[in-house]
Amino acid sequence: MLSSIVVEKVSKRYGDHRALAAVELTLTAGSVCALLGPNGAGKSTLLGILSTLVRATAGTVGYLEGDRRRKLDDRLRADIGLLAHSSLCYGELTAVENLEFFATLYGVADGAARARTLLDEVGLDGRARDRAVRTYSRGMVQRLALARALLARPSLLLLDEPFTGLDRGGALALGARLGQAKADGAIVVCVTHDLEAIAGVTDHVAILVGGKLACDERDPAGYSYAALRERYHAHAG
Amino acid sequence: MPGRALPTAPAADAVPASCSAAVGRRTTAPVGTLRLVAAVAGKDLKVELRSREILYTMALFAAVIVVVFSFSFVKDQKALVAAVPGVAWAAVVFAGTIGLGRAFEREREGDTMRALLLSPAPRLAIFAGKTVAIALLVVAVEAVVLPLCLLFFNVDLGAAVLDLVLVLVLGAIGFAIVGTVFAAMLLRIQSRDVLLPVVLYPILVPMIMSGTKATAAILAANDADAWFWIKFLAAYDCVFTIVALWTFEALVIE
Repeated sequence: MLSSIVVEKVSKRYGDHRALAAVELTLTAGSVCALLGPNGAGKSTLLGILSTLVRATAGTVGYLEGDRRRKLDDRLRADIGLLAHSSLCYGELTAVENLEFFATLYGVADGAARARTLLDEVGLDGRARDRAVRTYSRGMVQRLALARALLARPSLLLLDEPFTGLDRGGALALGARLGQAKADGAIVVCVTHDLEAIAGVTDHVAILVGGKLACDERDPAGYSYAALRERYHAHAG
Repeated sequence: MPGRALPTAPAADAVPASCSAAVGRRTTAPVGTLRLVAAVAGKDLKVELRSREILYTMALFAAVIVVVFSFSFVKDQKALVAAVPGVAWAAVVFAGTIGLGRAFEREREGDTMRALLLSPAPRLAIFAGKTVAIALLVVAVEAVVLPLCLLFFNVDLGAAVLDLVLVLVLGAIGFAIVGTVFAAMLLRIQSRDVLLPVVLYPILVPMIMSGTKATAAILAANDADAWFWIKFLAAYDCVFTIVALWTFEALVIE
């Protein structure tokens, strides 16, 4: 289980465009980091690098388990759960089939039972589970995407705009889920523009502006909506 | 404004902690590579059997090529048997390219290629699973092309039809191996539909050449030549399997 992630002078360029510039950040277990910033600030790029799917142009990311630095291998990827902009699920398959397929890839014991438990947990309607995912509403897809991200009980949970499309009940349940993951000792990184939704859950605020880390602070007591808004406006305008 | 700050404790509609723990109590175990290959290939085929868009499009396109050319290559009011190798392989390769592009377009739509690459499944298993699925689709198209060629060009192969099946299966494997690598590599590129044939066909030339030569030798009942080109085709598949396994990960990571 990962205890911390150390991002050291990570930069990323796409041709002439600089997406990230020497970002330094430490993420710790049992913490929810709200990764904030305006559009194009490099938040999703940093999430991609943390997920191991995007290579940094410069700098390194250390995945630590205690004092030991983990290798970037198949085992490390099993510890990472990603909820991205898109669903990462197959539209022609049902919710259950999608989760069972990924359960096989992740080597999750009793994938079918785990899939059912998670679909209950994210509140995906029982009748919808056996319908093709392409027939789902945006909110239902988001619930399924969350279930997929949680499937292998990851110790690093990367969430890109997780509140998008969720109704009030779904957003509340997701907030509760993040709180549960934090209590269980996971490292949670949540990219969002919805400061209200993440307030009360996050205890670490990182703000990216133009690819640079403009703010990196922690408060074990957590941040209220007002405190998050104040910091966002102070650094990102 | 107090906002709608979310509780850190589970809400009333959240499930009991016993089943909601995100971490710890990991119940994952290493999965055999062959099982993963079967899972990826099975998933691709299940998706295709639900929509049938790739299979029907490929088969129809290949059938049209065979029919059109059977009426074009005519000598003394008979379809020219010498045209069969070229027609059959053109139909397979062009139809295969359509299927290849669409199969990876599906992975792009839900960004599911990222999901596959993010999983702990070895890249080898992901590559092999996708290759198997594409090879099976190409073999299905060949199952349409071969009888049509034999029918429209009035060819009676007898027992040699098994040699031709072997050639076509080896060709399907070679096409799927090279095609999977290039289609995955072009997944994030805007003009991938245009670029795929441009980068794919030059690499496929040895496969197409040996396939047509082997087919021509089988039609001419020239066993020695046929087996030379069949071995060439098998060697092509082996070489590109190694190259593909070596380069796949580097090509698909951003």
